[in-house]
Amino acid sequence: MSAASVMARVDRDRARSWLQDYGVYVGVAAIVLFNVVFTPGFVSLENFRVQAVQAAPIVVVALGMALVIATGGIDLSVGAVMALSAAFVSLYLGYGPLVSVLVALLVGAVAGAVNGTIVAVAGVQAIIVTLAMMIAGRGLALVLVPQLEGIRNPALREFGSGSVAGVPYVVWVAALMVALVLFLVRRTLFGRRLVAVGGNRRAAELSGLPVRRTLLLVYTLCGALAAVAGVMTTARLQASDPNSVGLLIELSAITAVVVGGTPLSGGRVRVAGTVAGAILMQLLVATLIKHNLPPSWTQMAQTAVIIAAVYVARERGRS
Amino acid sequence: MPTDRGTPVLRARGLVKRFPGVRALAGVDLDLHPGRVHALVGENGAGKSTLIKVLTGVHGRDGGELELDGRPAGFATPAEAQRAGLATIYQEVDLLPLLSVARNLFLGREPRWFGLIDFPRMHREAAEALGEYGVHVDVRRPLGDLSMGARQMVALARAVSARARVVIMDEPTSSLEPREVHTLFEVIGRLRGRGIAVVYVSHRLDELYEVCDDVTVLRDGHAVHSGPLAGLERLRLIALMLGRDMSEVAREGATTFAGAHDVAGGAPALTAEALTARHRLRGVSLDIRPGEVVGLGGLLGSGRTETARAVAGDLALEEGRVAVAGLPVRGRGTAAAIRAGISLLPEDRKHEGIVPGLSVRENIALAAMPRLSRFGLVSERRVDRVVSTFMERLRIKATGPSQKVEELSGGNQQKVLLARWLALNPAVLLLDEPTRGIDVGAKAEVQRLVDELAEDGLGVLLISSDLEELVEGADRVVVLKDGAVVGELSGASVTEDALVDAIARGEASPVVRDRSDGGAGAAPEEEVER
Repeated sequence: MSAASVMARVDRDRARSWLQDYGVYVGVAAIVLFNVVFTPGFVSLENFRVQAVQAAPIVVVALGMALVIATGGIDLSVGAVMALSAAFVSLYLGYGPLVSVLVALLVGAVAGAVNGTIVAVAGVQAIIVTLAMMIAGRGLALVLVPQLEGIRNPALREFGSGSVAGVPYVVWVAALMVALVLFLVRRTLFGRRLVAVGGNRRAAELSGLPVRRTLLLVYTLCGALAAVAGVMTTARLQASDPNSVGLLIELSAITAVVVGGTPLSGGRVRVAGTVAGAILMQLLVATLIKHNLPPSWTQMAQTAVIIAAVYVARERGRS
Repeated sequence: MPTDRGTPVLRARGLVKRFPGVRALAGVDLDLHPGRVHALVGENGAGKSTLIKVLTGVHGRDGGELELDGRPAGFATPAEAQRAGLATIYQEVDLLPLLSVARNLFLGREPRWFGLIDFPRMHREAAEALGEYGVHVDVRRPLGDLSMGARQMVALARAVSARARVVIMDEPTSSLEPREVHTLFEVIGRLRGRGIAVVYVSHRLDELYEVCDDVTVLRDGHAVHSGPLAGLERLRLIALMLGRDMSEVAREGATTFAGAHDVAGGAPALTAEALTARHRLRGVSLDIRPGEVVGLGGLLGSGRTETARAVAGDLALEEGRVAVAGLPVRGRGTAAAIRAGISLLPEDRKHEGIVPGLSVRENIALAAMPRLSRFGLVSERRVDRVVSTFMERLRIKATGPSQKVEELSGGNQQKVLLARWLALNPAVLLLDEPTRGIDVGAKAEVQRLVDELAEDGLGVLLISSDLEELVEGADRVVVLKDGAVVGELSGASVTEDALVDAIARGEASPVVRDRSDGGAGAAPEEEVER
């Protein structure tokens, strides 16, 4: 191979690597620009608020997904866990909004812990375990709350649609979750462990890392974060609807994580990229809807984005 | 050199095979004669597998000639080689476990009846064919139900029934029970009787002497010896495999080890007693005193790596105790061993060592992270300090602590891993092939470091396939065979010749390990420490 072609390859690798790390910000900028020019009413405080509120649950779910993917796993059950938590909010509302929300979060964590136990201890592939949880979780939610149930609770309504300092509560909560996950990843032992487990599980084991405990915790956290998103959605809709809450959100979350620069093979996690990825997913949906394309188009667009993102990440993971 | 026994069935002259960066075969000659079993031996990486693959058309050759029955030949694909009468049975049986025994046997050449498989005939013929190999099973059962040995026989029957002229067996006994090995040898005897040339690859020398007529020894891509096996001393065979001239006195200065260390008295840094794990370790005991470098000798598969893994809590034991400075390791698993002060530098740098996506810094700090943290929060300042200390001490060449570890050279990666373990400030360091696959410069540095560490009072266990490294680096060498300690050399008796001898004779005269008194019970090849 000539020096020139080696250089060309190095350049291509570098470009690919740059694209993997920062492409998501370019994507967000591009879609914002498109909307500023072509979408009437896009540049308004009210629209920004709507977009932020709708992006919030995706961001929260994607954060948990990023942690799971960083360990080399995947969690397909996040949407079902959202539905479960929504069901428990309506079931326990009689005990007051706070209790019902706490129960919902606990249920999410337990569902995640079940995933984590089977993955970490029994060693079953995450994709199978969480696929089963995806089916069983939504099934259970439908058994508990067979159809859409309206929720009339002033506190929950306030949480779902109110604001403080001009920023909706749900956005505050999402921001808090981002800060929490950033702290976990950047500052804690747990954050170091999860990328090490994803990067080389055998090396992590030999280095005395508690691999199983780390995996269990990661899936539990992912379940709890999905439950947070479930509560957000329930509060915003003022209804618990196990049929539709969180439906197909796993696709958006996985896409957000991968577009944000976290490789599907694990060993690396990018929190800011994930947040940007989630915002990109929301803007993609909003744009297509605003331009009167049917929702099925947005799903196809999402799948196209995820394939493109995995393609970009491909070569680096292999070398 | 091959004696005159008529025309060889298969003759190879000057076979060359290059892979990027290495010459796996550097001009190998091989003659296979009808009705003779030819042993192919050599350490890992000597070129055995490559030679087989070139012969059978898996790899193309970059030079040399191949003759079948005196006519130039050469196979572009394995199928072509098979049609010409070369049958190969690989270590891993490559059959389909869910299909029936008979289907496996006749796969691709099933007896037909109007285009459909003639099952009655296939079953009848399969049962007959397998009967010849001592396998009497219901051939309609899925192959997966059979024992490994029986499966091996099916693979053999499948290969041989295709009118083979040459049968190549790559480590055929590695997963067989003794009784199955016996049956295999009978079958080999029958093949020999039918005038088939057999190539037999194995690390088990006993087997070679039992079943083979001729031998070719490969080393670093060269055929260093070829001839009848009978009359070739076992000791000489091992010397040939390892590349040590028996008469040659151990050269000095080829490694950077300084020589003997001042071994402190008192409690051993490490005591391992009766380590036992099914099929792997049979009661291995050893101890290492502070400041001592103990080598583990033995051929591939003798239990060297397993011993290190067992000590480091990475191998589940049925029995056995490990103590550091007289205190038993509490709990199981690697974390417990690390807490007790045991560090293991694993053999496989890529798969067990480095975490590729992470930086040099994170890789160094990986195991020590809990000690550099408080309440689950990592102290970046302390991590930085430890990382810079070790990067300097080990002279790790990187653009900086934040460089990705995968971008480093093999030698520097190895140093990063050493730093990871030294950052734990261990009492015992287990090094499994610490210099394998790294360049000469890094190798010298690692060897010097081992010396320094021992001087600082660490107990070091050194595993190496490089005899020179073992002899010059270790104060004492414990020799393993089949998962048991069979000998020990210490002091002035640690020489390459003595080591080769101990490895070779290990099985013949199990040595009672006894270092403290005047040497009673020691076998002749073992000199006792003064």
